[in-house]
Amino acid sequence: MQNQPLPVPDRQEPLLRVKDLKAYFFMDEGTVKAMDGVSFDVFPGQVVGIVGESGCGKSVTMKAILQILEPSAKIVSGSVTLRNRVDSQNPNSPEETLELTHLHPNSKKMRKLRGAEIALIPQEPMAAFSPVHTVGDQIIETIRLHQDVSKKQARQIAIDVFRSVGISMPEQRIDSYSWELSGGLRQRAIIAMALSCNPRLLIADEPTTAIDVTTQAQILKLLRSLQEERQTSIIFITHDLGVIAQMADEVVVMYLGMVMEKGPVSEIFSNAQHPYTQALLRSIPSVQSAPRIKLPTIAGSIAHPFNRPAGCPFHPRCTHFMRGVCNVSQPKLTQVAKNHFASCFLFQTAGESLVKSGTEQN
Amino acid sequence: MSDGQESLSPAPLLEVRNLKKYFPIHKGLMRKVVNHVRAVDDVNFFVREGETLGLVGESGCGKTTASRCILNAFPPTSGEILFREADNRVTDLTKLNRQELRRFRPQMQMIFQDPFASLNPRMTILDIIGEPLYVNGMRNRAERSDQVAELLKLVGLRPEYMQRYPHAFSGGQRQRIGIARALALHPRLMVADEPVSALDVSVQAQVLNLMLELQEKLHLTYLFVAHDLSVVKHISDRVCVMYVGKVVEMAATLELFNTPRHPYTAALMLAVPVPNPARRHLIQDLPGEVASPANPPSGCYFHPRCEHAREVCRNQSPQLREIAPGHFVSCHRAEELQLAGIENAKPHP
Repeated sequence: MQNQPLPVPDRQEPLLRVKDLKAYFFMDEGTVKAMDGVSFDVFPGQVVGIVGESGCGKSVTMKAILQILEPSAKIVSGSVTLRNRVDSQNPNSPEETLELTHLHPNSKKMRKLRGAEIALIPQEPMAAFSPVHTVGDQIIETIRLHQDVSKKQARQIAIDVFRSVGISMPEQRIDSYSWELSGGLRQRAIIAMALSCNPRLLIADEPTTAIDVTTQAQILKLLRSLQEERQTSIIFITHDLGVIAQMADEVVVMYLGMVMEKGPVSEIFSNAQHPYTQALLRSIPSVQSAPRIKLPTIAGSIAHPFNRPAGCPFHPRCTHFMRGVCNVSQPKLTQVAKNHFASCFLFQTAGESLVKSGTEQN
Repeated sequence: MSDGQESLSPAPLLEVRNLKKYFPIHKGLMRKVVNHVRAVDDVNFFVREGETLGLVGESGCGKTTASRCILNAFPPTSGEILFREADNRVTDLTKLNRQELRRFRPQMQMIFQDPFASLNPRMTILDIIGEPLYVNGMRNRAERSDQVAELLKLVGLRPEYMQRYPHAFSGGQRQRIGIARALALHPRLMVADEPVSALDVSVQAQVLNLMLELQEKLHLTYLFVAHDLSVVKHISDRVCVMYVGKVVEMAATLELFNTPRHPYTAALMLAVPVPNPARRHLIQDLPGEVASPANPPSGCYFHPRCEHAREVCRNQSPQLREIAPGHFVSCHRAEELQLAGIENAKPHP
């Protein structure tokens, strides 16, 4: 497969490999192709940022990996391969390769993976915690589900993990209800819950969208230091390009269910190749840019999922639109630089010459 | 651009003096008032005619409450809201009753945050934009429809769309409809409360550009309320930073971003994630969290989180004062502190 990055020898095998994954919503009004051929790898200790606007399929990707899609949605094709520890609580445990799409969402195996091997940091900690149980009880429940420990031991683990995410007075805070905690503490508690079973893969779905800037900075710093300390892999889902630049090693740019571009974070931000990524980066106001200048914009708006444009999903808004090409067939992910892939006909049909003219226009 | 024009710049269109809005906290069977949430606590600022004042702060800082008080959506607890009419008469809006206020309402309009909640799904675009015209005396439907067509063109939508319902439009288009409705009565002051925060990144820039264009064309004055510093920097001439119901700093945009004088402003700016992976080490975290406006700390509300706090900060509440021409700050140590601002990066290639 030419559109799949080959494992580079100096890296290890990927922890998670999502390959050509398609998840569709089958509804009365029609079929929504929420994920239409998404491929990316997550290597051990790597932070992969998935960035995109609303409707780009970033949250569906998260749900498809965890097999928690809504009943109307089905994985149509593709694979999600996880390198799984046979005994998740033993760091030296032998590994097995699991094909998650073959597992039933409610199977014992899948339920064992969630929380222990793959943990989720949801967007809204207020909605994620039950308001009628203390946060401690909820974390202890998770720990006892995956680890063979007594209630007392589990409580101690919970207190330790509370301390490691920077919650002061963990012995007291563990007995509070989620609504008694402030926004930042609640987010820390949910991170503690996700980390409580030492997962090797964390999926953070817009973990800082609902909180204030100064608290967001704290949470980002915390996630970064925890990641470095534990060498956890993280899939970081967000719409905020600033957060992606701060957090990710690798970036996957999505638009209407498809990967537009992916590559190392420095490549994406300094050498973006796909017209969508380029336009998106130009259109965001920055604290570092001059005030009251006219921003370059992307014309039009995101297509409604029911009438997705044919061909490249971005073509109606693209300044490099080529009639008869872009609106006819879908481009494939093509390598444009080392580890850097873009899905655009600029890099496919005529090869190098078009690549040059495409970038010069900007 | 700030210093030279300072003396020539037009008089304030709106001036807010000692504005306070306290919400009572009731408790018990008798609904006894036990405390107050000091949402807006002695706030002073002004907006000059034709400029944009950005009102920025984190949640609970009172920026929305202040803007609602100005529009008299609810009456302030105390303070003055001085509005200058076209004939230079200055009126204190807080002293007026409902009937007297009606004359002022068309002159100040609001752009709302959520374009999905602020348009009635059962009304056509014609009815939505035409309603303020109807209420203010334009009873002829044909005349109204002409006017709506003009307004739609002004905000970059096709007039043929006016028979459609809001559901047929995307978020960015709906926000344009909201702006057209606000423009219908030729307001002089537009209060925009987080007008782009609900929009997708690629659409935000369109709406910001539209607001800048309209301001130039119609000589509008904006009070732009937002939490996103990059957006505020992009659109504002001057910026006013609030923290727990108080103004901590107010200055011309570039001056504020380059040389902040209040530690909170500096920390807030450095907490914004910059879309540049080469500058990761720069992200600063401020310890602690925003204080509760129901139970604020003593002295300067920011002192528990401030690395520069001294004894005086714990005991005395600082006053907002003019430290340089047009630069207001409320910090005891503003003169002596050297705070890092944001340097301007080169624009994106």
